[in-house]
Amino acid sequence: MTGTKSILVIGGSSDIGHATALRYAKEGWRVTLAARDLAAAQRNADDIRTRSGVDTTVQSLDVLQTGQLAGFVAGLSALPDTVVCVVGELGDQLRAQVDPELATTIMRTNFEAPSLLLEQFAQAFAARGSGTIVGVSSVAGDRGRASNYYYGAAKAGFTQFLSGLRNRLALAGRVRVVTVKPGFVRTKMTAHMKLPAPLTVQPDRVAEDIFRADVTRPRDVIYVARRFWLVMTIICALPETIFKRMRI
Amino acid sequence: MPAAALPGRESATSNPGGVCLSGWGNYPKVSTELLAPHTPAAARDDLLRRSGVIARGAGRAYGDAAIGTQATISSRGLNRMRSFDAATAQLTVEAGVTIADILAAFEPRGFFLKVVPGTKFVTVGGAIAADVHGKNHHRDGGFGMIVESFRLALPGGEIVSCSRSENAALFAATLGGMGLTGMILDATLQLLPIETAWLRQDTRVAGNLDAAIDQLENSASSTYSVAWIDCLARGAALGRSLVYLAEHATRRDMDMLGPGLAPFPSPRTQRLSVPELFPGWLLNRTSMRVFNELYFRRGAAQQGRQRLVHWDPYFFPLDAISDWNRIYGRRGFVQYQCVIPLERARRVLADILDRVSRRGDASFLAVLKQLGDGGGPMSFPLRGYTLTMDFPVSDTLFAFLDQLDALVVDAGGRLYLAKDARQSRATFESGYPGLAALRDIRRQTGATTRLASHLSERLGI
Repeated sequence: MTGTKSILVIGGSSDIGHATALRYAKEGWRVTLAARDLAAAQRNADDIRTRSGVDTTVQSLDVLQTGQLAGFVAGLSALPDTVVCVVGELGDQLRAQVDPELATTIMRTNFEAPSLLLEQFAQAFAARGSGTIVGVSSVAGDRGRASNYYYGAAKAGFTQFLSGLRNRLALAGRVRVVTVKPGFVRTKMTAHMKLPAPLTVQPDRVAEDIFRADVTRPRDVIYVARRFWLVMTIICALPETIFKRMRI
Repeated sequence: MPAAALPGRESATSNPGGVCLSGWGNYPKVSTELLAPHTPAAARDDLLRRSGVIARGAGRAYGDAAIGTQATISSRGLNRMRSFDAATAQLTVEAGVTIADILAAFEPRGFFLKVVPGTKFVTVGGAIAADVHGKNHHRDGGFGMIVESFRLALPGGEIVSCSRSENAALFAATLGGMGLTGMILDATLQLLPIETAWLRQDTRVAGNLDAAIDQLENSASSTYSVAWIDCLARGAALGRSLVYLAEHATRRDMDMLGPGLAPFPSPRTQRLSVPELFPGWLLNRTSMRVFNELYFRRGAAQQGRQRLVHWDPYFFPLDAISDWNRIYGRRGFVQYQCVIPLERARRVLADILDRVSRRGDASFLAVLKQLGDGGGPMSFPLRGYTLTMDFPVSDTLFAFLDQLDALVVDAGGRLYLAKDARQSRATFESGYPGLAALRDIRRQTGATTRLASHLSERLGI
């Protein structure tokens, strides 16, 4: 199908990955979902194909196997027009404080592995001269907090990686990098949490904003919901002497 | 990926003591453990480990049907579509997929559902469990008629396929079985190919109840028919109605009535919503009377002129106003829906309407529809007329509704379980002779001791 654009979603078994792929599929984009849990990705792919009628495939990928990332990108039957990485794991902060292995996994899942993978796409897209890289980071990366600083620190690293990558590719040519910072999203990952309703969005809202920032109204960095920009700006402006005593 | 909870007090983990749930009528409100599995397999595991449990879809049943006595399993995580066969127009979806989801995906591609209820925000699982009906029940039957098959998780953990040829008794008892036979995991539905997604509507004015029933009876050839009754009219005008008849519009209809309109328009977006603190005094007899008068004049002006109506406002008029159930305030409301067998319908419905209009606190509009034979032993429909009205909960309401129940029972009618929050066991048992079949099935599958909603406990199912 020449002329049809394509999207690859890394983390295609997740709720945000599913919603994002479906949003693109509704515009006729061909979809590939890559995930470690292939059965869950297949369930999402079947849903997207049934709802949109577009061609949808799945690929097995464990991003933590970082030695295989270059091979994964090289082995794709076709390089997608857009790659969206929604890989992430909140993890249990309290356990991570006493379990270095878990702490390591949280940091690798949210920072190391996505960064190394997107570096591969950056090179492939640069060689082709086009493409969009969308990295889904988090507002948790804007300031470290007691309740989730392993997750937050890793997301901060990922946000800075995307920033640097965007800078490099903007100087070189036509490859774009979009940083997405969701706040509270109602997903499997947050199912056990009580979220403040006025600040909480559904995955399809994140998907809509990603599509817009990529295709219809290009942006470099977006917050979802947008009001989170204000919330985080205020939180980041608090002096550390005050912030360190706050429970937020 | 989302941040962990920002404000510390919000980060508490989920509800060990349970949540407070109610149906669409906001009455009754009951505490239950709420489970939200993300896959059909997880739903089956949740069912296996619980007692006093029932499945819940979109929470659009009005009363206590979808609240477990101990635990409630939400099907909202089972929201994936599975496959569509364009050659047979058969669609397989998980139980938590809504009718709105299906229409959003398939109406633009030229397919509709042959049976839809008055709101598109119900799940497929809920539509099967209540065997919901539409404005064409007298011709096309209930939702069960478009169900090819479904998979049901039994309380013992077994997952069985049910259709008219496989586990047929279980299939039938699940239609209208209110989730009491097992948890529906997914279903295959027959979609309806359509030439356009518009309706060609004919409006008729009926001066009283007899005239309305005459109109409905004489229009048996119409695919869709429904009467909206002005509940405030009394005396000789008791039951004055607007009768709406409609057909799926063909391309030729569109050429004549609406050239230039897109044949498959998108769903309408919700423009209005009712705030949480809706001022109840806005709903008084004067304001209702003004509204009804305007409503009827508008309808009368449309009489004799065929017009095209968009599928969304035609089938789902109240869906345009999100949270419309809030207009009845904190105490909630009861939607009273009965069916009266054909031969007794005129006199009994007139009696009911007369009492309701004299009491004066019912919804200002009531809906009157024809029904045909039911699809399963527990399906609500029977050949006759069904009347639907809302009543805000008050101290005197239930005694009044008991009087209406007596009329319904005496006429051999019954009440719709998807709307019910208060009928007595005696009323229920006299209306549902198919109860024995449901109880048999429940004994066989082990559901009797394991699957229980507040409705089933109240009615002794």
